[in-house]
Amino acid sequence: MTMPFYVAPEQVMKDRAEYAQKGIARGRSLVASVYGAGILIVAENPSRTLHKVSEIYDRMAFAGVGKYNEFDQLRVAGVRHADMKGFAYSREDVDARSLANLYAQYLGNVFTHEMKPLEVEILVAELTDPGDGAQIYHISYDGTVTDEDLFAVLGGEADTISERFASAYAEGWDLDTALRAAVTALAGPDRTLGPGDLEVAVLSPSNGRRAFRRLLNDELARRLQP
Amino acid sequence: MGLPLFPPGDDPGPDFSALIQRPEAFGTSPAGSGAAPLPGPGVTVRHATTVAALRYAEGVVMAGDRRATEGNLIAHRGIEKVFPADRHSAVAIAGAAGPAIEMVKLFQTQLEHYEKVEGVALSLEGKANQLGQMVRDHLPMAMQGLAVVPLFAGYDLRRGIGRIFTYDVTGGHYEEADHGATGSGGRDARTTIKLGWSVDMPRDAAIELAVRALYEAADEDSATGGPDLVRGIFPVVATVTSEGYQRAGDDEVAERFADLVTRDRRAERP
Repeated sequence: MTMPFYVAPEQVMKDRAEYAQKGIARGRSLVASVYGAGILIVAENPSRTLHKVSEIYDRMAFAGVGKYNEFDQLRVAGVRHADMKGFAYSREDVDARSLANLYAQYLGNVFTHEMKPLEVEILVAELTDPGDGAQIYHISYDGTVTDEDLFAVLGGEADTISERFASAYAEGWDLDTALRAAVTALAGPDRTLGPGDLEVAVLSPSNGRRAFRRLLNDELARRLQP
Repeated sequence: MGLPLFPPGDDPGPDFSALIQRPEAFGTSPAGSGAAPLPGPGVTVRHATTVAALRYAEGVVMAGDRRATEGNLIAHRGIEKVFPADRHSAVAIAGAAGPAIEMVKLFQTQLEHYEKVEGVALSLEGKANQLGQMVRDHLPMAMQGLAVVPLFAGYDLRRGIGRIFTYDVTGGHYEEADHGATGSGGRDARTTIKLGWSVDMPRDAAIELAVRALYEAADEDSATGGPDLVRGIFPVVATVTSEGYQRAGDDEVAERFADLVTRDRRAERP
């Protein structure tokens, strides 16, 4: 009879975390920030069709970094959850907190019980009260949830980008200033990012019931001009 | 409610109707599952009546009266029968009000769900087909006297024109060339539109014609409500253009009615 090798649980968790972090670090990063009238999400993404940022519900958006097929599956589950909840109860009863908790549960479960953790980091952003309140939930590969009031950075170089972005952050800034600061923070000192390298979307009450809107080609180029 | 994840090969895709039939995703069985006992022929339920749509220069106009009846009683004076289906289409209902409004809600959710999951909106033809499938699923209820007959119209972004689809209880859907109407007063409304319609009508004229169609239908059909000047209740009129769905304000509809009444009075004078 063969005996399985004993591996300390600390070692297992450490290996899994390292594996997930490596996977996430391979992809490009993403910044979400509150601005005067809503929430701005900027992702470095050269693809026009494989989105990292998407709409979940009237006032909620989703963004993910890491392995595309894994966070896209989570995105679709989020849309399903929100639409079913809104259909069964009321549109007002759909909120980001409960969805963030479900994501956290699932990611945490996969991290501890499955062979391979999900190589993703996601965020759920929500406009709360009309006109003001905004909430950003940041959920990492092991199911840790943090709620951010001002901004969140996801991806491999999150710490350095976060530092750069925090130094530029100003409360109540307008969309264009926030957008340029986010792009500069993502690019770092040695690169410049143009409209073709970016995927940008906003959640803004001025868009009506469905607050989510993508900033595309011409508009994005115009807003990036200082 | 857990996170609705499905293994590959067993995934409902962008179909919201299929999703809510899955017990593992949804605790209770929602409307349309057919599990509830069907009401007998003696039960009176609320009915909604005349709705009409016509094409004009920029897209389509859709209008519906505000009356709901229960047998020979007026059940509601302010019910709404014209709804935005999504940004570029509108749906109006005639028939049993309860299941009809439920169907509209499911249809609206389905279109938005598809758009979010797939990242692109359905084509107008695809939307019309989806609604047809919902009407067909409702056929057992229709056989019990709870028929729902919608009217669908929208702006086809690919072709750059407004298009109108009418339905029957079996879910069959038929594209109309220029106008369509359904409900108990639908025939009168359609005749009125047929006589007044011309190619590329401007917005004001199109709204006036839609309003006139409802007015004539209310004149002939007891289940259709006319303008209620005492309570200030006017038909719901909406336009769908390349800019999207837009409901005309009550003030504007009241104005069109006033124009119509003034002209008719003058015409009747010897």
